[in-house]
Amino acid sequence: MSETIGSGPVLAADGTPLKRSLQRSLRLQKLRALLLIAPLLAFILITFIAPIADMLFRSVENEIVSETLPQTVKLLDADGPSAPIVPGNETFSALYVDLYVAVKNKEHTRLGSRLNYEQTGVSSLFRKSGRRVRRLDVEIYKNQFLDVDPAWGEVTTWLTLMEDAKVHKALPQTMWAFSAWLDDVIEDGDKPEEEKLEDYIFVALYNDLSAVSDKAVSRDLINKTASAVGGFETVDFKSAFAKFDKDWHNEDVWKTLRVYSPPYTEGYFLNAVDLQKEFEGYSVRPENERIYGTLFMRTLFMSLIITGCAILLGYPIAWLMSNRPMREANLLMIMVLLPFWTSLLVRTSAWKVMLQQQGVINDTLVWLNIIDEAGRLVLINNQFGTIVAMTHILLPFMVLPLYSVMRTIPVSYTRAAKSLGATNWTAFWRVYFPLSVPGIGAGSILVFILSIGYYITPEIVGGTSGTFISNRIAYHISSSLNWGLAAALGSILLLVVLLLYWVYDRIVGIDNVKLGG
Amino acid sequence: MEKTGIKVINDESSAEAVAKLRAMDEAGNVTWDLVDVVAADAIRLCDEGLAMEIDHDEVLAKAPDGTPASKDFGDLIVSQCFIPQIVYSTTFGYRTDLVGDKKPTSVCAVFDTKTWPGKRSLEKRPINNMEWALICDGVAKDEVYDVLATPEGQERALKKLDTIKDDVIWWSAGADTPQLLADGEIVMGSTYNGRLFSVIEEQKQPVAMLWDAQVFDLDGWIVPAGLSPERKARVMDYLKFATDTQRLADQAKYISYGPARKSSAPLVGKHADLGIDMAPHMPTDPNNAKNTFLYNYEFWADYRDDIDAKFQAWLAK
Repeated sequence: MSETIGSGPVLAADGTPLKRSLQRSLRLQKLRALLLIAPLLAFILITFIAPIADMLFRSVENEIVSETLPQTVKLLDADGPSAPIVPGNETFSALYVDLYVAVKNKEHTRLGSRLNYEQTGVSSLFRKSGRRVRRLDVEIYKNQFLDVDPAWGEVTTWLTLMEDAKVHKALPQTMWAFSAWLDDVIEDGDKPEEEKLEDYIFVALYNDLSAVSDKAVSRDLINKTASAVGGFETVDFKSAFAKFDKDWHNEDVWKTLRVYSPPYTEGYFLNAVDLQKEFEGYSVRPENERIYGTLFMRTLFMSLIITGCAILLGYPIAWLMSNRPMREANLLMIMVLLPFWTSLLVRTSAWKVMLQQQGVINDTLVWLNIIDEAGRLVLINNQFGTIVAMTHILLPFMVLPLYSVMRTIPVSYTRAAKSLGATNWTAFWRVYFPLSVPGIGAGSILVFILSIGYYITPEIVGGTSGTFISNRIAYHISSSLNWGLAAALGSILLLVVLLLYWVYDRIVGIDNVKLGG
Repeated sequence: MEKTGIKVINDESSAEAVAKLRAMDEAGNVTWDLVDVVAADAIRLCDEGLAMEIDHDEVLAKAPDGTPASKDFGDLIVSQCFIPQIVYSTTFGYRTDLVGDKKPTSVCAVFDTKTWPGKRSLEKRPINNMEWALICDGVAKDEVYDVLATPEGQERALKKLDTIKDDVIWWSAGADTPQLLADGEIVMGSTYNGRLFSVIEEQKQPVAMLWDAQVFDLDGWIVPAGLSPERKARVMDYLKFATDTQRLADQAKYISYGPARKSSAPLVGKHADLGIDMAPHMPTDPNNAKNTFLYNYEFWADYRDDIDAKFQAWLAK
């Protein structure tokens, strides 16, 4: 440095400092590289990462309750800890408005199915109440408001109120109920001015005006009406709902509503580890409902066994392939790859034919008089069946990385060891085997991670003791439609895999994994 | 379709229809115009707002004698979104050569492994199995759902199932039991009655029907919600044709599922290839329907999640 002119930085030919010039050209290079992979990156982001992230997000998302019953949830949230579990008439009155709008939008049964995952019976409670809520006669509210001032019956009055931000603040429920009505009218392509205002809007208006809070709005109409509502005749919504279904006075229903009213919940994750979220706090699920812990452990345990079996079976094959003449090795290679070209379902079903009690293996054993007719072995619809079928299906994923690593181990190493006096075993164990470990590592990761998420084979040959956690995830996706729970189970599975990967990296080192020369 | 020149594209994924339709709806691109589902799924799709509510009298053809469609289908319209097509049942078939001299006549034979040793196949879900278990544990038929609604009743049903747990192969696809019966893997097993018909009459396997305590269920159409007017018009046109009295009677030529219209019943004739009378093979035939259940949609809509959790936990034990 000291030999350059002065003490300034080294300059490039065009006079800019060399460091900056270098950085610029490197940045350009990086940018070019990024541009080259940009299509792939975008493709993966859009079709892979984004959907997965969206799906995982469902494991905590729970907006359906506060979106379907916004007014009720607001009142429930305002309740202190000492408030009675089953709320008073005021909340039931808000529930009426919520439910009426939900029924209009056909959303109440969706909420029913959602809450039914937590509390049995809510599904039919909402379906039944939805039918009844439309038939409940609440006309008296409208009539009384019209008696105070006929302007309430004019849609134009309401449209002007809608434009006033202060009114929105003072009469939130009313404005919400009215805009639900308005949206509906506009969606049908009708003119609001020509339509009749529905009765439920006036229930909302009554709820707002009768709630104890400052209604100081500089509008005579509202102030005049607010002082009149005290003398209104009302509908007893609390007993009306009890008539719909007595479960509306059941504390368990309201506990569930209160517990699951926030827009985000840890409930799905708790369910996924055999816990539950209750009004009183977290608790362990009753023993006859615990299943996920067992399934997670079983999935991990069986995947480990399958990986182990694949190593035991795959290692000798790979060794043969890399040590025989080219022609033989090629033949072996084709035999390893052959199952790859056959459909997964066909291979699994073939195992069914082989392993079932009237299947090939049992028939042969009976024919050889090794077992008798009554003693036919149960080889399928259990863990054994799953392990056999999956080891077979995943074996190529072990053999191929092993082979590509073994091919690069020079034969001269073992020869040298032997010439220095090592026995065959020592030469293999001390020289050859350590060199093949990167192949075992790569194969194991492939087989283990693939088998942890396996679904179709355990479903077909696993019976009850050989099914994996993925079978339950599939059940919740396609049958019970409890996507939140499925997402939580999936997230946990993903975390477990990442954790194991990290542990593996710490112990073996991911740099030691080779997929080829 | 020849009559109208509309091209029908079939997508065979009806078993996952509910999940797929929900995913399509969320993605904002429903590619189906008409979906064939079982009644329980139709109710769920209706609940989820994914299926369109139908005015049956307006959309569907009248019976030949002028009876409006809603009367002709009657109680089988279990949901406003559902257009029933067929009545089928889940029932048992047994290997005539493996059960010995004493032929089973009652559903409780399934739980009697002393008289009829060997494996049985049951569907890998609580629905139907829990009811059968309770009946065979001595619960009166009309009290089954009251008992099953209580935790003790659920416990009781599982306890009964526990007595044969080691002898059961659990199926999840309707084709499993026919295959297991044909292979002689099981002595008896439950499946849909039409599958058993084809094992017995078409494949001539030594299998017989055990109609006792069969559970009726319905299969039919739903129209996805939110179709464009043109698509809707096309679908409605097709529906009117496909579910008229003659068409529903015609499908019984191929498989022993009963037509959902009352007016179709007298028109049920012979099998298209075998030439045998189809009426005696129908689940609704008086000889077969001496002791029947109707799938309790409302009960299972409520209890499905709860009982399924317990059932699966019991299975995994």
